[in-house]
Amino acid sequence: MNTELIGVIATFAITVAIAIPFGKYIAKVFSGEKTALDFISPFEKWIFRMCRIDSSKQMNWKQHLIALLSINILWFVYAFIMLLTQGSLFLNPDGNPSMSPDLSFNTAISFLVNCNLQHYSGETGLTYLTQLAVITFLQFVSAATGIAALIVVFNAMKENVSDGLGNFFDIFLKSITRILLPVSIIIAVVLIFNGTPASFDGKDTITTLQGDTVQVSRGPAAGMIAIKHLGTNGGGWFGVNSAHPLENPNYLTNMVEMIAQVLIPIALIFALGFYLKRKKMAYVIFGVMTIGMLSLLIPTLIAESNGNPAITEMGIDQSAGSMEGKEVRFGAKASAYWSIVTTIISTGSVNSMHDSSMPVSGTMQLLGMMTNAFYGGCGVGILNYYIFIIIAVFISGLMVGRTPEFLGRKIEAREMKIATLVALLHPFLILVGTALSSFVFTNDPSVGWLNNPGYHGFSEMLYEYTSSAANNGSGFEGLGDNNWFWNITTGFVLILGRFLPIIGPVAIAGILAKKKFIPESAGTLRTDTGTFGIMTYAVIMIIAALAFFPALVLGPLAEYFTLYHP
Amino acid sequence: MNTNQNKSLFQKELLSEALKQSFIKLNPKLMIKNPVMFTVEIGTVVMLIVCIGIMFNNDGTQGSLAYNLVVFAILLLTLLFANFAEAIAEARGKAQAESLRKTREETPAKLIASVGELYVNELQMISSSQLKKGDIFLCEAGDIIPTDGEIIEGLATIDESAITGESAPVIREAGGDKSSVTGGTKVLSDTIKVKVTTEPGESFLDKMIALVEGASRQKTPNEIALTILLAGFTLVFIIVCVTLKPFADYANTPITIAALISLFVCLIPTTIGGLLSAIGIAGMDRALRANVITKSGKAVETAGDIDVLLLDKTGTITIGNRKATHFYHSDETTEEHFIECCVLASLADETPEGKSIVELAKVKGAKTKASDALLNEAVFIKFTAETRSSGIDLKNNLRIRKGAADTIKKNAEKAGHTYSSGIDKIVNGISANGGTPLVVSENEKIMGVIELQDIIKPGIQERFERLRKMGIKTVMVTGDNPLTAKFIAEKAGVDDFIAEAKPEDKMNYIKKEQAEGKLVAMMGDGTNDAPALAQADVGVAMNSGTQAAKEAGNMVDLDNDPTKLIEIVEIGKQLLITRGTLTTFSIANDVAKYFAIVPALFIASIPALQGLNIMHLKSPESAILSAVIFNALIIPILIPLALRGVEYKPIGASALLRRNLIIYGFGGILVPFIGIKLIDMLVGLFF
Repeated sequence: MNTELIGVIATFAITVAIAIPFGKYIAKVFSGEKTALDFISPFEKWIFRMCRIDSSKQMNWKQHLIALLSINILWFVYAFIMLLTQGSLFLNPDGNPSMSPDLSFNTAISFLVNCNLQHYSGETGLTYLTQLAVITFLQFVSAATGIAALIVVFNAMKENVSDGLGNFFDIFLKSITRILLPVSIIIAVVLIFNGTPASFDGKDTITTLQGDTVQVSRGPAAGMIAIKHLGTNGGGWFGVNSAHPLENPNYLTNMVEMIAQVLIPIALIFALGFYLKRKKMAYVIFGVMTIGMLSLLIPTLIAESNGNPAITEMGIDQSAGSMEGKEVRFGAKASAYWSIVTTIISTGSVNSMHDSSMPVSGTMQLLGMMTNAFYGGCGVGILNYYIFIIIAVFISGLMVGRTPEFLGRKIEAREMKIATLVALLHPFLILVGTALSSFVFTNDPSVGWLNNPGYHGFSEMLYEYTSSAANNGSGFEGLGDNNWFWNITTGFVLILGRFLPIIGPVAIAGILAKKKFIPESAGTLRTDTGTFGIMTYAVIMIIAALAFFPALVLGPLAEYFTLYHP
Repeated sequence: MNTNQNKSLFQKELLSEALKQSFIKLNPKLMIKNPVMFTVEIGTVVMLIVCIGIMFNNDGTQGSLAYNLVVFAILLLTLLFANFAEAIAEARGKAQAESLRKTREETPAKLIASVGELYVNELQMISSSQLKKGDIFLCEAGDIIPTDGEIIEGLATIDESAITGESAPVIREAGGDKSSVTGGTKVLSDTIKVKVTTEPGESFLDKMIALVEGASRQKTPNEIALTILLAGFTLVFIIVCVTLKPFADYANTPITIAALISLFVCLIPTTIGGLLSAIGIAGMDRALRANVITKSGKAVETAGDIDVLLLDKTGTITIGNRKATHFYHSDETTEEHFIECCVLASLADETPEGKSIVELAKVKGAKTKASDALLNEAVFIKFTAETRSSGIDLKNNLRIRKGAADTIKKNAEKAGHTYSSGIDKIVNGISANGGTPLVVSENEKIMGVIELQDIIKPGIQERFERLRKMGIKTVMVTGDNPLTAKFIAEKAGVDDFIAEAKPEDKMNYIKKEQAEGKLVAMMGDGTNDAPALAQADVGVAMNSGTQAAKEAGNMVDLDNDPTKLIEIVEIGKQLLITRGTLTTFSIANDVAKYFAIVPALFIASIPALQGLNIMHLKSPESAILSAVIFNALIIPILIPLALRGVEYKPIGASALLRRNLIIYGFGGILVPFIGIKLIDMLVGLFF
């Protein structure tokens, strides 16, 4: 086996090895058991006192959602105003300008919803103040929002519960103080030691080997890069994200960042097992998600390792794989792994340019975001998966001859309505958005946002909306997206793609929690078996993936067949 | 009564009616109830308009007229097939119900005319259809009972074979729990006065027919939830197909309307959409074939969810009454003499127990030595609650008694006889085995013990085992003492029992189980069962039961068969399974359909996509036509399955899911690949 592949396998193995104890720790944090970080507790109490929040008050699912949404609106207003006025505020050593209203609308939303779609470039588009007080701040709170929503659903999945699903602010604050902040600090320290800047000085000037002088942007970046991965945010400090040598200096940092971004999504699966004492269920979910990841990763690894046949035809050696758009210090396989991980878990940070990936890889990256439930984003990944569980439970419940029930609660028309609506939303946002942009471009190619017309241009548009709807944030790039059309349409896709998939599962779980608990019998369909796992996988693939088949055919698949079977 | 099940699914007379209905059901007002098929209807109308457009102005952009007409025709066929499925299910259910109803129509009724509040015994011959609720009519031997009612006076033997198929006549009498008579049955002996309990056209059977016909058919909760999911799928594919147009424009690939609509119709779950209501009706129909009248489709569905089954011991778990199984004589007498004592003590005993003693003695070859003369002058002592014994006093001063151990013992000791420890041991042994000991004495001297045992119905253990595998808890309800009850419960294999049960005990048990979130089913016949029948999630009243019981339950069993509940549960499960598996099949079919149609759509402008045409379909037109033809044909192919129902196997939920997933999920992916390819080989000859 070659070294590159070993690197990929090692990275994944280390991730899982850390995620299991970390999941146990998360379960302890939220069930109020003793942990090593209990010394923070006075600080948390002080915050609640300052904010006059009674953190012991139990909330029902509606109160949770009201708290979640209102606090998010507040952050949006704050971020929008800050970005709009950043040019005239302090901590702006490079003298970067304020954002236009449509760009600040898009950026504020994009970071608020944990997507981090960037229609600007970090070096010139933001000031140190907004990088820290807006971007980094939102990266923390949006990740914590996702975790908090998931914990509410966990609470609702317990056996003896009806209305009291914990206190939103308590869960939210603990997500930051006990989980995100401490781990971010560790990651930031590792990055700093490997050369990532953490300084408030402005641009540096260096002289290259060729003798040219180059201006290099710097800034207090390490902390932001840590949370960008840990919170599955993905928005880079620098424009080219983790392909930038200061954002991701070497193979070690590459591994750390790759582990960091998928750590919480995987740890949360195990947390479910520990928290609800349903370990087997957690293993099944982990198994399905891992198989899902592998079914996307393996074709990508193969495609990237084999290189581009068109380039081979020119007589250029491709033994290192397809290296267009990739960094030599990482190589084709590590970049392939990253590109799949970042798309399935909604991070959206990149260490290679997806625009240059092979068509198969492009298809897989798109599918990763279209399914959006293999590990998935911080907290929200399992929420998306929850919707598929509900649909799978419903169909398989009927197949064994019983009114479908999940964890002892009957699934009826109301829950199906919500689940269907949420499952419907994703293809709706992506396909309608892409259809709209295709329509505009077909009728007036002078809008000029496509540099590569043809299938690839279509893939770029499809990717942009897929990335927005999945709250992923990576871009196929190559798309001229900083204009009012893209800023506003993706802005709305972002909001809808974020909050409805949070509201839906929380509502379903809340409604189910209030229903009568039915003890299990031999006729009850168990949801922690391999068979049910296969069912869930099939539901995800047939519902989430198949709806996009025609669109994929016109984009990356057409490219693939033109390239390989001309 | 199972003869009907063997009849062919499609009888000639039903077919023509169903065909007619298939066209009537095209009415959009009726179609809109089924969102999936309604969108197909819209697609069909659009295709019709396209065809007309081509006839007048063919610019070639939409393909040839013949091709478009064929697509239109197949879509119309798809609709008709779906309607036919529903219509044939309705027709079958109706025919079944009508055959039950026919017997009672237009039979002459002897109405007892009333003047004021006094009933004058003046008989008035009217037609049964003129009988109103509250009327009183007379039935004599040989009369057909004109309508459902309750006996208010008299007793009669009745032949209910027209309804139940059971040829043995039954006794119905005023008062008590066996006072109901059913229209269409025949009085064999005696005369009864019957009060009409239902308005004409409102009997349970009439209600059932209305349910089947669709007039008052309401969707069941699971059906509603499934319809929502299917509507969701339909919406997704509306989005997929509508957005395909701008996508194709971008790629400079013209897509014909026919192709777009075909793709849409193929992708939406038409298979399950077309068969959904047929499955529901077939469920009620299957219940009817089992001679159970359901008052709503929901009840059948709920039956599949039952967690707890309350069963009366007598008649369900054990055969009728206790039977004598053993004679144990004391050391001081011979077996022959003892048996003779037993026979003498039981000669006049009309209770089933008494009769069984005589029967057992006959089997043992005993003969009564006592002369007829002696017997003729004997005095028979009947059983009373005080003496707790019965027997005979013969002229030759011979007193034979049989009865409860303690009573006989007391009398024996009073007369100075010993009650040996050997007898004591036998008595205790019988009790511990769930039997009832009857001690027999001759002139107060203990002669021996008769063992009475409950006879557990053959095969009942297997049925309970099957129920346990389904995850259903069985509870036996009995008036026996806890010890006997426990013994029988263990022997029969029930999970729990209610001993010394009073009517309110049943009710409390049901409420307790329901509080734990369980669904409970029970069967009952008496008026005192009515509250429990109403409380239970599935209450099956016996047809012979009182009107109150029948009103309270949500099903009526015409056979009065207490084990019917087990069948009903399976019918309910079958109903849900059929829906689930056909949904899975329908959705799994999409994989192959995508691979047939999507390459066909774009192959003209992107020839490289030939690589996606993994079935190697001949041309874009033949690919599209093959897919829609397959989509249409699969509906009638699956009608028999929808009507018969997918078999339920009690092998545990996970194993059942695995099995159905392999057959209907994996099969659902595979079958259309083969089907579409075969159709293409045929269609390819023309297009």
